[in-house]
Amino acid sequence: MAHDHTATLEHAEHHDHSHAHDDEHHESFVSKYVFSQDHKMISRQFLITAVIMAVIAMTMSILFRMQLAWPGEKFGFINAMLGDKWGKDGVLNPNMYLALVTIHGTIMVFFVLTGGLSGTFANLLIPYQVGARDMASGFLNMLSYWFFFASSCIMLSSLFIEHGPASGGWTIYPPLSALPEAMDGSKLGMTLWLISMTLFIVSSLLGGINYIVTILNLRTKGMTMTRMPLSIWALLTTAILGVLSFPVLVSCVLLLICDRSLGTSFYLSDIYIGGRPLDNVGGSPVLFEHLFWFLGHPEVYIVLLPALGISSEVISTNSRKPIFGYRAMIGSMLAIGFLSFIVWGHHMFLTGMNPFLGSVFVFTTLLIAIPSAVKAFNYITTLWKGNIQYTPAMLFSIGMVSSFVTGGVTGIILADSTLDINVHDTYFVVAHFHIVMGLSAIFGMFAGVYHWFPKLFLRMMGKKLGYLHFWLTFVCAYGVFFPMHFLGLAGVPRRYYTNSNFPMFDNLVDINEIVTIFAIIGALAQGVFLFNFFYSMFRGEKAPQNPWNSNTLEWTTPMAHIHGNWPGALPTVHRWSYDYSKPGAEHDFIPQTVPLAEGEHDGGAH
Amino acid sequence: MSHSTEISSKEAWGGGQSPFRVSYGKMMMWFFLVSDALTFGGLLVSYGFIRHKYADVWPKAENVFTHFPFIEKHLPLAYVGLMTFILIMSSVTMVLAVEAGHRNDKKKVIMWMFWTIVGGATFVGSQAWEWFHFIHGTADGALRHVWDMDSGKYVEKVIYGANMTVNEYGVPQFANYFFFITGFHGFHVFSGVCINLIIFLNVLKGTYERRGHYEMIEKVGLYWHFVDLVWVFVFTFFYLL
Repeated sequence: MAHDHTATLEHAEHHDHSHAHDDEHHESFVSKYVFSQDHKMISRQFLITAVIMAVIAMTMSILFRMQLAWPGEKFGFINAMLGDKWGKDGVLNPNMYLALVTIHGTIMVFFVLTGGLSGTFANLLIPYQVGARDMASGFLNMLSYWFFFASSCIMLSSLFIEHGPASGGWTIYPPLSALPEAMDGSKLGMTLWLISMTLFIVSSLLGGINYIVTILNLRTKGMTMTRMPLSIWALLTTAILGVLSFPVLVSCVLLLICDRSLGTSFYLSDIYIGGRPLDNVGGSPVLFEHLFWFLGHPEVYIVLLPALGISSEVISTNSRKPIFGYRAMIGSMLAIGFLSFIVWGHHMFLTGMNPFLGSVFVFTTLLIAIPSAVKAFNYITTLWKGNIQYTPAMLFSIGMVSSFVTGGVTGIILADSTLDINVHDTYFVVAHFHIVMGLSAIFGMFAGVYHWFPKLFLRMMGKKLGYLHFWLTFVCAYGVFFPMHFLGLAGVPRRYYTNSNFPMFDNLVDINEIVTIFAIIGALAQGVFLFNFFYSMFRGEKAPQNPWNSNTLEWTTPMAHIHGNWPGALPTVHRWSYDYSKPGAEHDFIPQTVPLAEGEHDGGAH
Repeated sequence: MSHSTEISSKEAWGGGQSPFRVSYGKMMMWFFLVSDALTFGGLLVSYGFIRHKYADVWPKAENVFTHFPFIEKHLPLAYVGLMTFILIMSSVTMVLAVEAGHRNDKKKVIMWMFWTIVGGATFVGSQAWEWFHFIHGTADGALRHVWDMDSGKYVEKVIYGANMTVNEYGVPQFANYFFFITGFHGFHVFSGVCINLIIFLNVLKGTYERRGHYEMIEKVGLYWHFVDLVWVFVFTFFYLL
């Protein structure tokens, strides 16, 4: 097995070697900006694609929120955006409403918060923070981005076809999604959705395998697993979850494709369309739900964990304190990762599942509250008596802790089948998952963008605009999702085009209007971010090497995007990444590359 | 192998070297296989779910697969046994190719890779044969209750062979899962044969000889053994249980 090791060394040497030619390292436009194999460029490609996808998905949400607040009202801009077919006289077409809800969910969950969040920060942070020249395989990394790009294009292209995009909800439950004759949204749009997701899974797998292997194999000297920043631990756990759960979605999606196109009956049985029975008999739609949620639940943590990891970094750095309970943080992330695989049934309490099995899922789901609470308390205790620096990134991280706690509390309600049955498929669920995973993850992503913008684009983002962006976003986000709990408790079902046929919901119209008004203001506030982001990218103040006085390795790289990250040898790590305000130290931070002084202990002990 | 025993686990995990003492490429292959195993896991669990639902009417494999090419005799499961044997033998030849690679013995690598490819291709071909017989069914067919779309009732009808909606041998779900899972596995074998072929051509061209090691053979070997291992499960679940 000796030559295996040589192969690794060869790899490292290869990078050292190519690095020596930095100055003469000429790349063509295509190899530098398009089919780049450099982790920093791929990270930026993911980020910008995700920003574009997020803007599209957010615009969709405004369109359907308008319909929910003012059903049947005519809006000129809806007609202008969707044309006469989908927005006749400025009223949103019901089929398009369902399509928008579906594609909004799909884009946000997969393209923004999975591909965008993991893709951006895993690519940026893993090689930087573990001290590697690049990802283990730059080529697979490049393929990962381009599969993601292709899958984004296919998903968006489904908006422009005759019968409109997939509209069975982002969970695409059969039989609705399996039968093209069921509705317009199950025709070509659903086929494109499935193709797009298959490519997305390929991208996620290529990326995930690369992230895991880079973290395990390419850490620089001295970077033990327990000296790694929590962001890396989070990205490692995320990648493992992805590698284990997405393949099950592959089997799920492939069987659905067969049901749609080849006439099999994996998920279909006893169906009548227009009074005529179909010859698909014997399958089970509940099987689909089992397979789907076996991915679907870990997916929640694939979305959330990177945000938790980013926040750990940002909160510790900007509290000028070591993270509280470093090993407990790692343990709780691993526990969350493990538990996420045995809780999927809590999405299925109403499928006719055996109540005993349901109570097992209640138990495992409630267990997740323990590691989650450990994390929440550790964030708060890190903040406690810290010398808090209120950077925009810090505000978003604190916002993340807030939404994680708020959404976690309603999670306990939903985990319990006796309570869940009453609010199942209502706006209570919508409010819960938007707060706990949507807001938390997007706040974490914003925190990451503000914090690592100097590494991404070598410039600083505007601080004042950052504050404005945070407060508008934070207030509006709660303004949107908090009132939804009341709608849900009153029984308003999710995904309905209008509730005006139910007199019992008449007095709830005001709540829907408030929600929509907050949503519009919140959406406009993202314009502040977009301006700040693109303006700072070109015109922002030039960033110093270590703007936040941080300990991690990425801040020891020069302020230029050089091939191989570090000129000369790779840095050697001597301590964990959280030596902030260490008693007796000269500065309030000690970078990981500083050797331990005589008698000094590593890992926060003193 | 010599130096690996000298490194303590603390040093191994201390950065600057691979803790599992494998190259990144091989580790990637391992993680890919874990992931692929879960895809097959998902499919086989679904199969178990449906089979359990139809436990009493599920066809017995020994009543379905009774043919043997060119022999007009009733030989239940004989042909699939041979197929399985060939596939497992191709794993053995793959091991020998990897072993020859360790010794940088190009000639032997070429020989054993060749037999691995032959074994894999034979398996894919045999699977096509198996499908052919399953689709065409027996000469007499069998009387089955089938759903008639026009009348909206179950009617009795003579069915020959199996397709996505009817199955001479029993419930259509048997055919659905058989086609899908063996097809998906067959696709893996087919890709394996293609990959092996590419690597085989590289060996012929001397790519790995110049590189100084035949690690690539080990990586495709891992995939190949995985595909064989999956077949053992598929074989067990579809034919033996």
